[in-house]
Parts: sequence; structure tokens; C-alpha cells
Amino acid sequence: MEPLMAVAIGILYAAAIYMMLRRSIVKLVIGLMLLSNAANLLIFTSAGLTRGAPPLVPTGLTAPAGQVADPLPQALVLTAIVIAFGVLSFAVVLIRRAYEIVKADDLDRMKDTDT
Amino acid sequence: MSPEVALPIFIPLLSGALSLLFWRLHTVQRFIAVVGTGSLLVTSLWLLSSVDEHGILVMQMGNWEAPFGISLVADLFATIMVILTGIIGFSVALYSLATTSRGHEAFGYFPLMHLLLAGVAGAFLTGDIFNLYVWFEVMLVASFALLILGSEKAQMEGAIKYVTLNLLSSVIFLTAVGLLYGLVGTLNMADIAQRLGQVEDNGMVDVLAVMFMVAFGIKAAAFPLFFWLPASYHTPPVAVSALFAGLLTKVGVYALFRIFTLIFTQSPGYTHEILLWGAGMTMLSGVLGATAQFEFRRILSFHIVSQIGYMILGLALYTPLAVLGGVFYILHHIIVKANLFLISGVVHRLCGSYELKRLGGLYRSHPWLAVLFLIPALSLAGMPPLSGFFAKFIVIRAGIEAEAYGVTLIALLVGLLTLYSMVKIWAEVFWKAPPEPDEDKPELASPGQRELWQMYLPIVGLALCTLFIGLNGQPIYALAESSAEQLLDPSRYIEAVMGDATKEAP
Repeated sequence: MEPLMAVAIGILYAAAIYMMLRRSIVKLVIGLMLLSNAANLLIFTSAGLTRGAPPLVPTGLTAPAGQVADPLPQALVLTAIVIAFGVLSFAVVLIRRAYEIVKADDLDRMKDTDT
Repeated sequence: MSPEVALPIFIPLLSGALSLLFWRLHTVQRFIAVVGTGSLLVTSLWLLSSVDEHGILVMQMGNWEAPFGISLVADLFATIMVILTGIIGFSVALYSLATTSRGHEAFGYFPLMHLLLAGVAGAFLTGDIFNLYVWFEVMLVASFALLILGSEKAQMEGAIKYVTLNLLSSVIFLTAVGLLYGLVGTLNMADIAQRLGQVEDNGMVDVLAVMFMVAFGIKAAAFPLFFWLPASYHTPPVAVSALFAGLLTKVGVYALFRIFTLIFTQSPGYTHEILLWGAGMTMLSGVLGATAQFEFRRILSFHIVSQIGYMILGLALYTPLAVLGGVFYILHHIIVKANLFLISGVVHRLCGSYELKRLGGLYRSHPWLAVLFLIPALSLAGMPPLSGFFAKFIVIRAGIEAEAYGVTLIALLVGLLTLYSMVKIWAEVFWKAPPEPDEDKPELASPGQRELWQMYLPIVGLALCTLFIGLNGQPIYALAESSAEQLLDPSRYIEAVMGDATKEAP
């Protein structure tokens, strides 16, 4: 399962970077979304995928028995998803306001503050 | 139990929450801003006194033992950074009493400022790498919102670049954290440092080191990743500019110092060599960018970039004296740079512009402002006996001792060009005759007595700090020296965090 996930994550990163290199700011934000999802999947996969072995401690023991899934990456990925959601919704509102003010969906026309 | 470790995070969060409660009562928000940042400064000094007394302080969140819970760690370097956060937070809070417009307050300027300070303090104090990511994001979200307060066209354009590149850096950071967890199976920085020594796949460790370097390099605005900074830092309200200029990039520098003295110390010949080149190029490109600019805040923004180079140079040389110089440089730079931005705000308030060609004659009309400008400006350029001279002196001496002559030469040259930039501002803003009055420009109402007090007080305070560091350098030097000693001896950090677990580990 991991090699398949690795390929999927790789495709997501590639697609994200391709989108971020476009001039349109809408595509830029789509690229950012794909990028954060790629990173989330990567964290999820990083500790290995284990099926059907929840990390529960059986009655009478102090540690889970046998091979269990690592719960930490799942907690991390939850945090990361929430953060990415918040930041990306800000980015979506930002490009909407920017479009209203600059009246262009084109990064090449936003060069006034560059030097 | 030592509560002072968590207080610098808790106080800004609490003040932010309280200001949210008083959303419409701006007078109360202003009061909370001053009291909240003031008590942040006081607790940070308390933290320093107890770190000085007891050594590295550790607080395990929720009483989960390291490495299972999140640890807050206050070593001397982190404590110094928290104190600087307090100083800058307090000064900017005072200053914003005069400069923040009703409109900005209505959109939550003060709550966001507290949130930003909480994020910065959290990033300095945490001992857990994923928690560091979370604090980075807290800081970023607050900075995004502060950056676009007022929604002017330039702010939108600057914000798109700022948001994109900072998000990119966060994702690279997150990816690196994921891979690092896959490699060592822990997130506690002290534990990572311990276990990374046992990892056999050195290629992977180097890849991770470079990923962290890129992620924090973007945050710190190091070459070649600094383009978001000069594109955005001159656009927001001036108090926000000062806050960003003082603190945000330095969080990136702090993270670089932390990661490359604690975790990735296996092959300094490789990683620190890259940092060395990066530092040289950062200094040079920043200062050359500044020479081409003729707008007050843009010049200052480019100088942030070039000064970051000196700090990274201190880390890259990786000798005790160089790391000491890096810490000293950060300490001096945060105060000086924030002060220069605050002064640019006063000039804007008096003359209504940041463009050098539309300014002039301020030496005649406001001689004291000119003196106040000269203190941080000459300090930035490295004139003795101000703080910048000692900071540059230590870094450059470390460069010569480490026989890195090329970078040392760049550092000296950049000091000269910095002086050129500062003299340019001095000549244009203060010395030359005032320009012909513009017919289209409405006459500015002269600021009231109280407004002036609120603007001058933080500037005078920061200038006094600069003079203090310069004229009474020995205690500050000793402080930077012991913090560099702690940085270069990671085993003390590890032992403080892990406690008895170090002895049991194989």
C-alpha cells in the first residue's frame, strides 16, 4: 500500500507545483490547496500504514499488545488539516478581495510593490 | 513547577481573548494592549532571572513526560528572544495608541497583535517540532490579517506574495517534519537530537537538514528566498511594519539556530557550508537592493535582508565566538530595526510621505527627531560606540579567526554600504531643504501633544536600549556568551528536557 501512496503523493506535489507556477491567482490558490493536501498525506503515510490494528490497550495490560497502528501521525494530520483549512480559507478570501481591488486575475499585473 | 515558562505564551493569548470580548470598546482594548504587553515584558524578565539562577527550565505540558507530551523549554537563547518580544511588543503597543486609525481598530488590530505575540513567544519556547509548526501558523495567520488591514491595492499585491511564499515554506516545514517522524519516530526536539545520531541513512538526514534550511530560510528571508519581504513589508500600517520587521524574520533565524545547533550537527561541513554561502549572498543582495531604493520603508526592508545575513553568518561559522556574535547581532538588530520603522512612521506623520524626494528639512524643524534617527541608523551601520559596532565586530572577528576571509570581506563591504544607505536617508529626509510644497497635497494637521508623546516614548526607549547595549556591553556580552555556550553544547538541553530518560536510553 505504501508505494501506491508514495506515487499518489508525488503526483499531488507535482500537480501543486505546476499550478503554483501559473500566472492566474485562482490557480495559485488551487496549487496551495493541493500542496497542503500532499503534505498531509505524506505525514499520514510517514509512520507506515497498518490495517485493522487500533492502538487500544486491552483490559489488564498497560501497553497495547502486538503490532498496532501509530496514532501520532493521525493526530498530527488532524491538526495539520485544520490549520491548512483555516489558512487556505483566508487565502481564498484574500484573492477575492485582491481581484476586486486590482481587477485582474493575473500575477503579472501585480508588480507595483516589487522592486 | 515553574509557571514563568508558560506565562509569556499565556499572557498574550489571554490579552487577545480579553480584547476580543471588548470588541467595540476601543478604549478598553487600548488599555489591555498596554497592560498585556507590559506584563509580557515583566514576565520575560522574571523568566530571565530564574533561567539565570536554575539553568535551562523545562515545563512538561499536561504533566506528560518527555518525549510523549509537549515540552516548553526556556534556555538562555529562547529567554533572550522572549525578552525582545516583550520589548518590541510593548513599544509597538504604545506607538499604536497614536497611529492606529479607528478603522483598523474596528477590524481587530489589537487582538491580532496579541495573537501574533503569542505565536512568536510560543515558537521561541516550544521544545517540540510539530508544536513549533503550530506556533508558526498562529503567528502567520495573525500576520496575514495585520498585513492587509486597510485593504489598499499595494497591500493586496504584497499580501498575495507574502501569503503564498510563507504557505509554501510552512508546507515544506510540515513535509520535513513528517519525514523526520518517519525516520526517528519522535517529535520532541531533544529526543530527535538523541536518536538522529543512531540513524544510519545519512543521505536522508542531509536531505531533511536542507528541507528545514529552505523552510526556515524562507521565513528568515535568506538568499535566494527573500523576495516576499521587500514586496510586502512597506505596505501595512507603520506599527505593523515595525512589529514584523522586529520579530517575524527573527523567528525564522531563531529556528535555524535551534535546528542547526541541536538537531542537525552531524555534518557541519556540508550544511553549515551552504549556510555560509547563503549568509554571504543574503548580506550582499539585501544591501545592493537597498541602494537602489528611494522610499524610506523599502530601504529599511532591504536592510532587514542584509542584516539577516550577519546573523546566519554567525551560525554558519559555528565557532563559539561566531554563535555568540549571531546571538548578539539578533539582540541588537531587533531593537534597532523596529526603532527605525517607528521613526519612519513619525516622519510620515509629519510630512505625509515615505518617498525620499518629497521629504526634507526635518533637521531644522525637528532636531531631536534627527538625533533619535541617528542613534539607530548609525548603530545599524556599525558605528562605535553603538550596539551595532560590537555586534559586527564580534561576527567579523569570528570570521577572521575561522579563516573565512571571503565572507568577512563581504561583511565589511556590506557595513560600508549600510552606512551609505543610512547617510542617504539622513541627507534626503533631514538635511536637504524641504521640497516645494505640493499644491494637490492637503495640508496635514499637526499632531497633538499626547499623540507625539505616544510616538516618541517608544522611540526614545528603544534608542536608550541601543545606547545601553553599546555603552554597557559587558553584561550583554556575558549573557550572549553563556547562551552561545548552551547552544553549542546540546547535551545540556537534552538532559534538561529528557531528565532521567537520557540515562536509561541505550
